[in-house]
Amino acid sequence: MDAATAPGQTRPPSPGAAHAAAVAVDRVAKSFGARPVLQDVSFDAKPGEIFTLMGPSGSGKSVLLRHLAGLESPTSGTIRINGQDPTLDLTRDQVRIALVFQAGALFNSLSVYDNLALYPREHRIGDARAIDARVRHALRILSVEDAADQFPAELSGGMKKRVAIARALVMEPQLLLYDEPTSELDPVMSATISEIIGTLKHEYAVTSVVVTHDRDLALTISDRIGILMDGALISLGTAADLRQSKDPRIIDFLNPRIDIQHPRFKKLEGPPPGPAHPSPSHP
Amino acid sequence: MKQLNAIVAGVGSVVQLMARALAYLPTLPRQRARFIEQCYLIGYTTLPIVAILSFFIGTVLALEAGYAMQDFGAKEFIGSLVGLSMARELGPMMTAVLLAGRVGSALAAELASMQVYQEIDALTTMNIPPAKILVLPRLAAVLVMMPVLIVVANIVGWFGGAVVARYVGYLGISPESYFAALRSFTRFKDVVNGMEKAEVFGFVVVLVCCDIGLNTRGGPREIGAAVTRAVVVSLVLILVMDYFVTKLLL
Repeated sequence: MDAATAPGQTRPPSPGAAHAAAVAVDRVAKSFGARPVLQDVSFDAKPGEIFTLMGPSGSGKSVLLRHLAGLESPTSGTIRINGQDPTLDLTRDQVRIALVFQAGALFNSLSVYDNLALYPREHRIGDARAIDARVRHALRILSVEDAADQFPAELSGGMKKRVAIARALVMEPQLLLYDEPTSELDPVMSATISEIIGTLKHEYAVTSVVVTHDRDLALTISDRIGILMDGALISLGTAADLRQSKDPRIIDFLNPRIDIQHPRFKKLEGPPPGPAHPSPSHP
Repeated sequence: MKQLNAIVAGVGSVVQLMARALAYLPTLPRQRARFIEQCYLIGYTTLPIVAILSFFIGTVLALEAGYAMQDFGAKEFIGSLVGLSMARELGPMMTAVLLAGRVGSALAAELASMQVYQEIDALTTMNIPPAKILVLPRLAAVLVMMPVLIVVANIVGWFGGAVVARYVGYLGISPESYFAALRSFTRFKDVVNGMEKAEVFGFVVVLVCCDIGLNTRGGPREIGAAVTRAVVVSLVLILVMDYFVTKLLL
């Protein structure tokens, strides 16, 4: 935990102040009962990098993100954040890992301001004035100052996402994890969130791992992109590498086309409901 | 066998939660606001229903006891019967039952909802232990508020008995006689024993409801299931513990 700020001083997040964390995932597998969710996944994210995990729904992206946050333990393999096991309290004391949940996971009983102030208050980072400055700074960066006194239930989806990012920012994280940051948002708000993620990387030198199936977001902001399919990492490279990939699964995933002549649509076609053969009593 | 495993696992989980929460006891002074809020929710908001219930328990006790005892010419002892019954048994037990239904269910619903909507995960990633900020203040609050609720339950219940003893035709016992009989048989130790019993009930109810809430998995449907389980388990535990704690205190 950081040393407390001297009384009366503010400690807004300062560029490069928090040394970014390094992520190492080595041959990780995870099963829920007999159902394998992750299989032999290995990658690393360098300090200050934006690493994006893409893949279709149900491919295991969010489960992998929960592993990085220390909320799950792998069935086999290892995950290290700055060389330490993220499931340990000690690691969370030494490496600040913030997770922006898909639905925000804001504390419904607390106002937006108190949602942000909870972390510094509980960890006694500075006095009341320092905490106030830290919270206001995060609210300002995400342009949600006006919502400070509102409760999460009163916010729109986009506002919730921004407040969730602001709450993560208050922690001055070394590793920032985003779970589907642009899901359920309109294109304008998605672009805003993408800009925010990019800005945070440049201004605060934080390592970011983004889980998404938003192709535009991934190709725009990522330093490297991993593609997960059926729990396995099938590709790892830059956006340019991905665009040039010859793998039909990746081409199909990145450039989906609606082709009603495709066999999968034919499966939906069939005889209309009712008896297959006319009854003999009918003329 | 499967059910036995579930019971053992449940007991283990509750004991672990208690140990984790009590480990943060030194942080309680810094959690004054949460503690006071929980005292308000557990004590103040439960008080009216405890008072109403206790009043009518007292009245029914006096009515039934008076009806049976008048045949033996012992109706003057109604006060002692109501006094002892409320202090030793009905006050603590009915207050605990109310606590399970009113506070326990709300608590399980709140924590289950926080679990389902990932608020507990958010706390974990922020390195803020749920046992510290969600469980400990509630446990401390119930230990402080249960004796208060018991005192109110006893006084109101005794008063309810006095009203019936005075105004119901076939009894007609003056308040002075009623309270004289109550004082002669009900000792301070009986009231204290009732409070000790209530402390145990309250502590276990809150702990079990917190544990069930925090261990909820799945979607919104499981929140309802968690509430039902929390109330049922609490009620069963109150009745089972009642025997053993009473035996211990006798």
